[in-house]
Amino acid sequence: MKIGVLVNEGPYTHEASDSAYNFTKAALEKGHEIYRVFFYHDGVNNSTRLTEPPRDDRHIVNRWSELAKQYSLDLVVCIAAAQRRGIMDENEAKRQGKDAHNIAEGFRISGLGQLVEAGIQCDRLVTFGD
Amino acid sequence: MSDEMDMEEGGVVKQFMFVNRKAPYGTIYALEGLEVVLISAAFEQDVSMAFIDDGVYELKKGQDTKELGQKNFSPTYRALEGYDIEKLYVERESMEARGLTEDDLLVDVVVMDRAELAAKMAEQDVLISF
Repeated sequence: MKIGVLVNEGPYTHEASDSAYNFTKAALEKGHEIYRVFFYHDGVNNSTRLTEPPRDDRHIVNRWSELAKQYSLDLVVCIAAAQRRGIMDENEAKRQGKDAHNIAEGFRISGLGQLVEAGIQCDRLVTFGD
Repeated sequence: MSDEMDMEEGGVVKQFMFVNRKAPYGTIYALEGLEVVLISAAFEQDVSMAFIDDGVYELKKGQDTKELGQKNFSPTYRALEGYDIEKLYVERESMEARGLTEDDLLVDVVVMDRAELAAKMAEQDVLISF
């Protein structure tokens, strides 16, 4: 089955990102196709590489990056939601005159059209949020 | 779910329903949700919106956000018609529980009871809730 995943909450505060990760990983291991994982609302905060949890805790951001690398996953961060919350890639930081960027490996910034397109293309769009 | 799908100009037309559950200003879900709805209009899909729980407050007439220091985005609901988004469903139980009637709402809506709306939701290909 072709599946799209929508993550609407940030890391650690809510379990949504953990659930989305566990779901995505399990689906991939069962041989399903994950067409795209789209991060919206505070979900964009799952993509900052400046995240540094205590050592005995899971690293939610790195975990996504590693999964993306292993399965060539398309992790898309909504540009408008990202700009509101200070998530930048190199191009966007340059365009906005910022002195830094922080997007983690394996994520890309794009528009909301990518979410709607996932809804159109996938057999199921599964939302994780409150 | 795909048996209901139509083909139009070579593209897939799916039934998208955006479910609005939150009051307009206490969280960002209503505002960012509306941004997705507007983008979806560009994809020529069969789009509808449902308003349940505190989401019915999003359509309340006379919103004044001056003291909040937030933008009053309620006029956008009136602009939806121009995007061919005309199917707005309000759950009767949610509306009545909040002491509202159709006359309190700033756009024309179809009021449905919970069971009718549930049936409408079951027909959808894609449900995204905010």
